Amino acid sequence: MATSAYIYDALRTPRSRGKNTGALYEVKPIQLAAGLLREMQARHDLDTARVGDVILGCTAPVGDQGACVAKAAVQAAHWDEAVPGVQLDRFCASGLEAVNMAAAKVGSDQEELVVAGGIESMSRIPMLSQGGAMFTDPDFVIDQNSAPQGIGADLIATIDGYSREDVDAFAMESQRRAAHARDSGWFDRSVVPVRDENGITILERDDFIKPETDMQKLGALNPSFAQMGVFGYDEMALAKYPQVARINHVHTPGNSSGIVDGSSAVLIGSEKAGRDLGLEPRARIVSATVIATDPVIMLAGPGPAAKKCLAKAGLKVSDIDIWEINEAFASVALRYMKDLEIDHEITNVNGGAIAMGHPLGATGGMLVSTVLDELERRNAKRAMISLCVGGGMGISTLIERL
Amino acid sequence: MGEFHYDKDADGIVTVTMDMDGPVNAMNAEFWPLFAGTMDRIEAEPDLKGVIWTSAKDTFFAGGDLKMLKSIEPDGVEALFESVEATKAVMRRMEKQPVPHVAAINGAALGGGFEICLACNHRIAADNPKTRIGLPEVTLGLLPGGGGVVRLTWMLGLEGAMPFLLEGRQVSPEKALKAGLIHQVVPADQLLTRARDYILSVQGDAAAATQPWDTKGYKIPGGPSTAPHNMTRIAGAAAMLYKKTRGLMPAPARILDIMTEAAGKVDFDTATRYESRRFVSLIPLASTKNMIETLFFGMNKVNGGASRPKGVPPSRVQRLGILGAGMMGQGIAFSAAMSGLPVVLKDRTMEAAERGKAYTAGLLDKRGKQGRMSAEEREAVLALITPTDQTEALKGCDLIIEAVFEKIDIKDAVLAEHEALLAENGIWGSNTSTLPITRLASGAARPENFVGLHFFSPVDKMPLLEIIAGEKTSDETLARAFDFARQIGKTPIIVGDSTGFYTSRTIGTKIIEAVELVTEGHDPVRIDNLSRLTGMPTGMLTLLDEVQIKLVTDIYDTQVEMGLLDPEKEQNPAARAMLAEMISQHGRHGRATGKGFYDYDTQGKTIWPGLAAWRREGADIPDEDIKDRILFRAVLESLRCLEEGVLRTVEDGNVGSILGIGAPVHTGGYIQYVNTYGPARFLARCEELAGKYGARFAPPNILKTHVAAGRAFA
Repeated sequence: MATSAYIYDALRTPRSRGKNTGALYEVKPIQLAAGLLREMQARHDLDTARVGDVILGCTAPVGDQGACVAKAAVQAAHWDEAVPGVQLDRFCASGLEAVNMAAAKVGSDQEELVVAGGIESMSRIPMLSQGGAMFTDPDFVIDQNSAPQGIGADLIATIDGYSREDVDAFAMESQRRAAHARDSGWFDRSVVPVRDENGITILERDDFIKPETDMQKLGALNPSFAQMGVFGYDEMALAKYPQVARINHVHTPGNSSGIVDGSSAVLIGSEKAGRDLGLEPRARIVSATVIATDPVIMLAGPGPAAKKCLAKAGLKVSDIDIWEINEAFASVALRYMKDLEIDHEITNVNGGAIAMGHPLGATGGMLVSTVLDELERRNAKRAMISLCVGGGMGISTLIERL
Repeated sequence: MGEFHYDKDADGIVTVTMDMDGPVNAMNAEFWPLFAGTMDRIEAEPDLKGVIWTSAKDTFFAGGDLKMLKSIEPDGVEALFESVEATKAVMRRMEKQPVPHVAAINGAALGGGFEICLACNHRIAADNPKTRIGLPEVTLGLLPGGGGVVRLTWMLGLEGAMPFLLEGRQVSPEKALKAGLIHQVVPADQLLTRARDYILSVQGDAAAATQPWDTKGYKIPGGPSTAPHNMTRIAGAAAMLYKKTRGLMPAPARILDIMTEAAGKVDFDTATRYESRRFVSLIPLASTKNMIETLFFGMNKVNGGASRPKGVPPSRVQRLGILGAGMMGQGIAFSAAMSGLPVVLKDRTMEAAERGKAYTAGLLDKRGKQGRMSAEEREAVLALITPTDQTEALKGCDLIIEAVFEKIDIKDAVLAEHEALLAENGIWGSNTSTLPITRLASGAARPENFVGLHFFSPVDKMPLLEIIAGEKTSDETLARAFDFARQIGKTPIIVGDSTGFYTSRTIGTKIIEAVELVTEGHDPVRIDNLSRLTGMPTGMLTLLDEVQIKLVTDIYDTQVEMGLLDPEKEQNPAARAMLAEMISQHGRHGRATGKGFYDYDTQGKTIWPGLAAWRREGADIPDEDIKDRILFRAVLESLRCLEEGVLRTVEDGNVGSILGIGAPVHTGGYIQYVNTYGPARFLARCEELAGKYGARFAPPNILKTHVAAGRAFA
């Protein structure tokens, strides 16, 4: 990139169950996002007029999240009227896509300072509220063998030979790590408590984590996608993978990402903008990429994306200190580690979406904050962030502490 | 100590009779323990068939504790939230009981009182037409935070609930029944029997003990807020609310927001919690405190007679005479007749007198069409007005109000011709907005019985009556004038006989200041619009067009002629000259002739291009100064009136300025404005404005003494 894009800060809300029993259900999506923007302004005494754009990922941009939720959030935060906003949708990659786009805008000198992140209130705007051809247009679905993500996750597990015990064990470890990180205060720098208009706290920290779970409890859960597989989706997927005898449906609510509400916001800018505003850069975005692979298995993109990202940066796997792969499903993370030949020891070191939840459009931005905090805590240098994405896409961002 | 009397009858029905300390039941500190304790007992009751909630007072339940709410500062908001939630949790327990709860509404059930009723499964009201039912919180800058917004929206739907929640409409039991607020209206002496009958009649019917919001498959009438037709309606309502409040009074907008959330965005329990949050958010706001202060406590004090001379027994007018059936006279006749007072309405010709009565007929017809009045009621009101052109017809009236043309010789002549017709010790009232009462009374046989009664136009809508004490007006006359105002449902303030009394004098200053700004070369449209953005109902230049520039200049000339004003001491000579020039050179008389600061035609108004002559290149002034100059003039004049004793109480000034001369409601009136601004800060700003714009902004002594003593105006 012509100009280096620096990360000046990365904030997120805590996450809570994305149902009417979740703590954030009562909070409007624009307020979830606006709360982070206000906090960002307050923390840095930020002259918001200098922010050239606010890019928020959101996968269900309808209802309360419709009509350019990003611009509405900017206004709800009472930022300077000169600040624009845009919502984008690249499915689960939306939040990280926002970060990459912001880096591109800064890198190309189109903007000097951009906020990137995402917002997803899955309790208010449930998945599929937005409709769309990908999963609901019968002509498209049949023509493209477009099966739901879970079928692809189970297919990956089947092909790679991950047993139910393997994926459950991975989930257990995610829970353990997430609880430990949260309880050790490792998320505190980036997690901004959600408060109501009176300043009364609604949610202080992530409350979706279930540290009390065990292999027995996990093992007792029913597979989530067996039923729909039988309906015909298994055949749809296997048409592309004739070598597989049958899909082993190992994924359950216990080893898949949780449905939660949340928002994220990352402040990205040029060196000059940071200097002008007295901001301390925390990291640099080294390279970023998005690719697409087979849309039927759908979730195999992250490994190839990370490799491409490394290649662009001229770095090797061993140059990366910690790896972050969004835990959409356990098999996605296992496949990623296999593709890159990396150890679980340095992957998702503070747990992931299986434990904390995956607020679709917001997750990418959240991962930037968790990884950056961890790099600083370890005094390490580089991290790779990747997510699997609908339609077979994969996304990666490589960041480096200064 | 109050209590909730608890009686269980042989049928297994519990009657809870609320009997709190003091004259009414209210949501005060005493309430929660009684309410929660009663619920504990009900929940433990074996063989329970149902519960009746009623009151030992004349009223059912009065609502929230405004004194307590008014005293809460920002650091008390979280505790208030917890206590509101605790009360609502008890209401939820009530709703989740497997037996029906019935509200037996024996008298007024307003605000929190009606919210208790809404948490009951069934509502029966006694047929007392004086009983008022509703959620008037919004009129005091509050919102129904005890579940009222959410429950009423679920019950009536967005459209049905809007008038009750956004306007705070209060209705009689009959109308409450029609609107679906309650289920039955029964004779008062059968209230409890019928409540019992109802409970026995629904035994075994689980639906009768289940609220709509707890009923599977229940659909909110008119559909959810997310339905396209409702989204359009909500957006329209938001625009309407803005027009009404200009963003200065947040309560209605927050109510609409809660309604929108409740009707389809979040579930019932979440919506009621959200309602609690938004309710407590209003409490520390100055606008809320000001509205409670002036529109509740101030209004009660004013109507309760704080300015009424003490020791005069209460009185009622038996027969009212009105001289002049023009705009004011016919309006006064209407207000009097609506209150059941017989009126003799006299004009010079029978035709004019009849026309005056026809005005009332027209207003009544409108009510008839809206279903607010029956044909019999209409006839009864009309029968009270006797139009006449005969002087003798006024004989025996115990109050005669002259509402003739605003010219001193005409007023003198009318007095001379009619005063003798007054009943023994009768009162003569002069409806004038500008002529000195002492001077008008000088020709009276009994000047002690002569009083100024300044009504506001249109009389049927404007609630204020400014009672002016002339030099010789007796305390008894003032007290009786006060009682008359209450008799016809007006809110009276009693003021001294300074030029322009209180209201005309004060409104004059802000209008002339707006003109002064025009003479300085600033954009008149901007001046007019910024004056509205202070929260005044109308822009000052538009208002001047409406009251007629010609009238204003005529009054000024008369007052100068009479020696009441000294043109040498005029504070706004440039503005006076401009108005004079607009009349004499350009024929800009005002809205009535289509030519004022604006040109008027059927399309509306456009600024008069001739004003360009007053524009000055490079004239520059901040928005804030324009707004403050207009507002501060009125506030300073109010302080001077208080200092001079023209105003007898702070409340008269606050209530009078809001009801009569367009003080922004959120400020709580022109004197309360100083309290909110902070007297010391206000004084500093006055000095700053005086330095920049002239001595008319110099702080009066009363302000200095209050600041020195660290006192607010109370």
